[in-house]
Amino acid sequence: MKFNLKVYCDKTRLKDIREFISEKLKAYVHDDLEINQMVLAVDEICANLIIHSNYCNADETINLEVFVERDGVTFEISDEGQKFDVKKYKEPSIQEVVQTKKKGGIGLMLVRRIMDKVEFVNKEQKNTCILHKRFKHN
Amino acid sequence: MINITTQIEGEYHIVSVVGDVDASSSIHLDEALTELAKDDLVKFILVDGTQLNYISSAGLGVFMSYIDDFKTKNIKMVIYGLSQKVLNVFQILGLDQLMTIVADKKEAKEKLHEIQS
Repeated sequence: MKFNLKVYCDKTRLKDIREFISEKLKAYVHDDLEINQMVLAVDEICANLIIHSNYCNADETINLEVFVERDGVTFEISDEGQKFDVKKYKEPSIQEVVQTKKKGGIGLMLVRRIMDKVEFVNKEQKNTCILHKRFKHN
Repeated sequence: MINITTQIEGEYHIVSVVGDVDASSSIHLDEALTELAKDDLVKFILVDGTQLNYISSAGLGVFMSYIDDFKTKNIKMVIYGLSQKVLNVFQILGLDQLMTIVADKKEAKEKLHEIQS
């Protein structure tokens, strides 16, 4: 099954994204914690794309595709903003985050803990983040 | 989407967080905690999370950014009443070990005095 949602790059749209994911996954997953973790991972990626890749420019959009299979779900989140170079990203330690008081930097850390696969693909102008999670009941 | 109120109850400052704390709304939680951090009379902060529906890294980041400040200023903070769903988000990164999180208000008050002594 495939679902699709396109939103403009405004932080207030994050709530719509969360409701969309939650609504769609409810038919397949019955554990609220499991659903919330997947919602959170997608929310984190979308927040990064809206804020850091597209500078909250509401003329830009991000496209979210959800592919639900028997044993898990794949999210493909794409945009045409500033590309994220995952090779240059160094995950901070929790202590570093506390000491620097940056109030940021742990979104991707959460995503990596939650998802079974996290990939960033850049092709021409298009950047796609691919997240995969196996369902727990399998 | 988010509603944050701070009430004074005796020696406690109670911050009630209602709704979703995400990248668009975490600024309001930050503002509320900044106000308390600035106030020399504040010693005990209880964060009422009974109506906190959702938290993302933006909200976690706000709480984390005050850990050192509160320690320096000798302000004690306890978070209580989180749903399993919200508590789980703190647990993913082990933040439940860095902050004091308890079940309810009564336990939160007891904990504050325990931390103090």
